[in-house]
Amino acid sequence: MVPLSHYLILSAVLFAIGMFGALTRRNAIGILMALELMFNAVNLNFVAFSRYLPSTMLQGQIFAIFVITIAAAEAAVGLAIVLGLYRNFKTINVDEINLMKW
Amino acid sequence: MLLSYLPILILVLLAAGFALATLFLSSALGPRRPSKDKLSTYECGIDPVGSARERFSVKFYLVAMLFIIFDIEIVFLYPWAVILNSLGLFGLVEMFFFLGILLIGLLYVWKKGGLEWTT
Amino acid sequence: MTVIQVVFFLVAAFTTAAAFLVVLAKNIVHCAIALVFTFFGVAALYVLLDAEFLAAVQVLLYVGGITILLLFAIMLTSRISARGVRVMNEQVGMSAVVVFAIFALLAIASLKGFALVGSPPPASYATASLGRLLLTTYVLPFEAVSILLLAAMVGAIILARREREKD
Repeated sequence: MVPLSHYLILSAVLFAIGMFGALTRRNAIGILMALELMFNAVNLNFVAFSRYLPSTMLQGQIFAIFVITIAAAEAAVGLAIVLGLYRNFKTINVDEINLMKW
Repeated sequence: MLLSYLPILILVLLAAGFALATLFLSSALGPRRPSKDKLSTYECGIDPVGSARERFSVKFYLVAMLFIIFDIEIVFLYPWAVILNSLGLFGLVEMFFFLGILLIGLLYVWKKGGLEWTT
Repeated sequence: MTVIQVVFFLVAAFTTAAAFLVVLAKNIVHCAIALVFTFFGVAALYVLLDAEFLAAVQVLLYVGGITILLLFAIMLTSRISARGVRVMNEQVGMSAVVVFAIFALLAIASLKGFALVGSPPPASYATASLGRLLLTTYVLPFEAVSILLLAAMVGAIILARREREKD
């Protein structure tokens, strides 16, 4: 059987990759994609814990379902905001949208 | 139990392998003699009109967004349907409450014209 | 090494490679396609963890829903002519350091903190018990989800509708 730490390390790798993308991407949609990667890493942690720690029952999976739901709602609203950005600035590169920056 | 997923794995591998093999073989075996006419955009034989990089209508996005919202509804309906018998009236009431709130959203979208394709 | 372990390492390598592609690919459409493969890899991991319902939800919502939404948003905003420009900002070096530090922290915590957790109990999985938990113990969050979805629907309509008036 695969030990729990394997899943945790894999989740940490996915989280780190997603975080790197969220910090370095210029395209706003690319940032949202990196965020989805991070959501997936967290969900993987939840599900792994709920499988390996019997006292938690299925709570980890319940949490994962709610996280997926919120990720979907976040994507719907976030992408609508990106469309609004594009309409106003004609670009979705976040480092060119600096109207409120010093 | 994992053994029951073996057919899915075989199907995925076969599908991916077939697609990759077709792509590879057609690029490896097919002769390629490009000319100016061959590389130009093909639009039913007439000269293309306008740019192909035209922006799509935002309606596509609205439809995809509504699809996701009701996709989530299905995700919650399924475990509810599995245990509906043992939940009794309580389960029925709480699911209809859930559906009722989403129905308000649907009516709002309808009223705002989000469902109309041609305006 | 058992068969399960081999399968786990193959799926893990596949998922990680796809995730790297999501972050590093130059073309944003390629990123979206790589994201699909990452989601499929995570769904396979859910199956390995005996969470079949979640695997189905993952495919249904992430692969079938969110990726489509992302692709539509790409269609609506990207100018393909803007090829060859930088896809990363100037913070690459600093971000790499921070991200590596966080990864090291997480890895140490995972290795040291949960060394005592042994093999999992035999799988006793049924969607029924998940549904029971969802509709009895967690009924309030469940109803809150419907409010959240309503808010998301209204918000997205309002944000996207403004364009309609201008046309």
